Amino acid sequence: MQLRPMLASLSRHRLTVLLLVLQVTFTCAIVCNVAFMIAQRMAQVRLPSGLAENELVTIESDSLDDARPLARHAADLAALRDIPGVVAAAAVDALPFNGNNWSNGVPTAPDAPARLTATAFNGTPGELATLGLRLLEGRDFLPGEYLPVDSAHDWSGLDRVPATIVTKALAERLFPGQDALGRLVYPGNGPVRIVGVVEHLLRPRLRDDAGNEDSMLFPMLPDAGNVVYVLRTSPQQRGQVLERAAQVLRQRDGNRIVHRAQTFEQLRDDYLRHDRTMIGLLLAAATGLLLVTAVGIAGLASFWVQQRRRAIGIRRAVGATRGDILRYFQAENFLIVGGGAILGMALAGVLNAQLMAYYELPRLPLAYLPAGAAALWLLGQLAVLGPALRAAALPPAMVMRGD
Amino acid sequence: MPAYYFALALRSLRRSAALTALMILAIGLGIGASMTMLTVLHVMSGDPLPGRSGLLYVPQLDPQPLERNTPRRAAPGMPDSLTWVDAANLLQARRADRQAAMAGGSLAVRPAQEAAQPFFQPGRFVTADFFPMFGAPFRAGTGWTAQDDAQRARVVVLNAELGRRLFGDASAIGRTVRLKDTDFRVVGVLDDWRPQPTFYAQIDSRIFGRPDQFFLPLQTALDLKFDFSGNYACWGSDGGGRSSDHCTWLQFWVQLDSPAKVRAYRDFLADYWRGQQAHGRFPRPPDARLHGLVEWLALQRAIPGDLRLQLWLALGFLGVCMVNIVGLLLAKFLRRSGEISVRRALGARRRDIFVQFGVESAVIGVAGGMLGLAVAGLGLWSVRQRPDGYAQLAQMDVAMLLGTFALAIGASVLAGLLPAWRACRVAPALQLKTR
Repeated sequence: MQLRPMLASLSRHRLTVLLLVLQVTFTCAIVCNVAFMIAQRMAQVRLPSGLAENELVTIESDSLDDARPLARHAADLAALRDIPGVVAAAAVDALPFNGNNWSNGVPTAPDAPARLTATAFNGTPGELATLGLRLLEGRDFLPGEYLPVDSAHDWSGLDRVPATIVTKALAERLFPGQDALGRLVYPGNGPVRIVGVVEHLLRPRLRDDAGNEDSMLFPMLPDAGNVVYVLRTSPQQRGQVLERAAQVLRQRDGNRIVHRAQTFEQLRDDYLRHDRTMIGLLLAAATGLLLVTAVGIAGLASFWVQQRRRAIGIRRAVGATRGDILRYFQAENFLIVGGGAILGMALAGVLNAQLMAYYELPRLPLAYLPAGAAALWLLGQLAVLGPALRAAALPPAMVMRGD
Repeated sequence: MPAYYFALALRSLRRSAALTALMILAIGLGIGASMTMLTVLHVMSGDPLPGRSGLLYVPQLDPQPLERNTPRRAAPGMPDSLTWVDAANLLQARRADRQAAMAGGSLAVRPAQEAAQPFFQPGRFVTADFFPMFGAPFRAGTGWTAQDDAQRARVVVLNAELGRRLFGDASAIGRTVRLKDTDFRVVGVLDDWRPQPTFYAQIDSRIFGRPDQFFLPLQTALDLKFDFSGNYACWGSDGGGRSSDHCTWLQFWVQLDSPAKVRAYRDFLADYWRGQQAHGRFPRPPDARLHGLVEWLALQRAIPGDLRLQLWLALGFLGVCMVNIVGLLLAKFLRRSGEISVRRALGARRRDIFVQFGVESAVIGVAGGMLGLAVAGLGLWSVRQRPDGYAQLAQMDVAMLLGTFALAIGASVLAGLLPAWRACRVAPALQLKTR
């Protein structure tokens, strides 16, 4: 394949070639970044919460009088456990995706600065079993370890609580490369011993960074007016359990507001709806861009084929095979799209830097750049195939007659 | 002549019907998507208080310690809220034309009828100047006085929606509302006041959409230990509490009627910072700030990042479509060099050729614009189906409708300009010779 005549021919169409290169450049840059954003959001949507998601329902109760919350929660739970189909029940404050985030700095030595903050999950005995958390090491809390959160006094239960169970991810972040079980941490004023490690537990609000599982469970009883009851049942019975639970709570005490009765899956879907919308829009944008670019390449190629009928005829007449003509168009496309893709990789980096500055997006992994360029090269070859085959099929004699 | 060119354009476009359709589709989608997002951002960045917003300012102070060792529920950087102590000091100083401190909260409202279930309503705990400062329109009654604030009066101002829900069409003034476990006397009813966004609140995803339904004195709410919503950030290890000087949670607004007063208030804030340092507070170097309303909303990113991203995506798509169409038209026009040369040889001027091809690209542009308008209508409809507070705002207004047309025509003319210019520069002799 001779490069020189091809470049000479392209230089006759400088403006058109420039526009096509420009289009490929923009498409490559945008598609690389969009693909990365889709991957980011997909990862977030798919994060394991650590809970037995399809067996849980939640219902929230806001009491209108502040008297004796602990006794009320205990009596509520006893009544809820009597509902047919309920396997386990617990009163909690925070859940993955429920937005109720109480974070504390977690130093690993007394009076040392905290390197990270972790969400506190408080609940009544049996919380682990109700949520379906998987204990990897250590033990559940002992009955003697439970005490009230003391929400009336700035949640000061945290200063006295003796034990905590952390996620595997948090254990690794607090004590990298060491065994966290049995170690002391200082989220409040006093030492707290890590007595167990669970596999997963997502925070109530997701962030873009690595801290999505910085969660610690405490043996502390919720004692505010607002409380979330979590009930575990079978997937089929969730609807009727929810209905019955709302009735039971209202009957027991009318002086409250019972709301947000929903399955855990609904809670999760509502929280992630924005991400799903974004994934859809990003996918649509990427597909649209690639389609438009493919159409542009194919359209331009077919114009050029028509324009060069004479030249093709002459080349065929002096001995060029059909394969030569086909390869000529493919090589030409390879040059143009390749130029655009290389520029596009550079522009993708620039675009990513802008996105990082304005939208707190992480750095684009380098692997996306060659992948995006390769995708466009492939797309260009596919788009040019039709016109190139048509060019190769032109009968030389007819073209030469000047038809 | 234009009619003839139009007929020529249609004939030429029909010759490559599939490609023409694709070009129209591309420009239509690009314009439709861009206009959808431009409209959404346009309605969301509208002025929440036309006529007053230029007079309203937010003071920003930073009482945090230099090095924090145990961050308890705290965000980095300069706090966007004030502590109770600082808000009270600024209120007492009365150095602005008007000033008010406020915080959000959700309360259980208990209807007078025994059978009716209590329900939660969003509202705001504010000080007396709130209503005159923001020009909140009263349907009946008035706000309360600074004296009521000091006496922790149990008075409430309702927004129209909650007033109607509780009392129907009867007058609510002087009636009693039970909020959580306390009775309040209604002193005023607002005329369905719903500034978009709820600019005076802490800026988060809830500032668009449903407005506050009740307003009651801040000190009364503190006294009754009502639950406040919003970010509550403390530092230091000794337990805080709402009235401490190391927990930020209050929004604070001032009204300043002239540039001279704005300057004076800036100086006052700097003096205040230094004065507090004399008392052992505010260890960080003085850096008091005063933001105008519009600047504040931009600074706090009132418009969600995802929406901006969607706009850039749409504009990027439109840009690629435009480059695509320029390239295709260029190739298409140049392929007709022979035709152009013959016309030129027969006496057509360059200008005639330019107009002929200009008309052809304008046809594509107008058709694409019409399609774009339909796509934008569809896009806005889909935005209205989103479960967000801003969804209901997504309506096309006259300005945006005209803007869509202008964008479509502008885009197509721009796309056609280069190819048409290039076409009219074709040298006739050279082309005719090669035929």
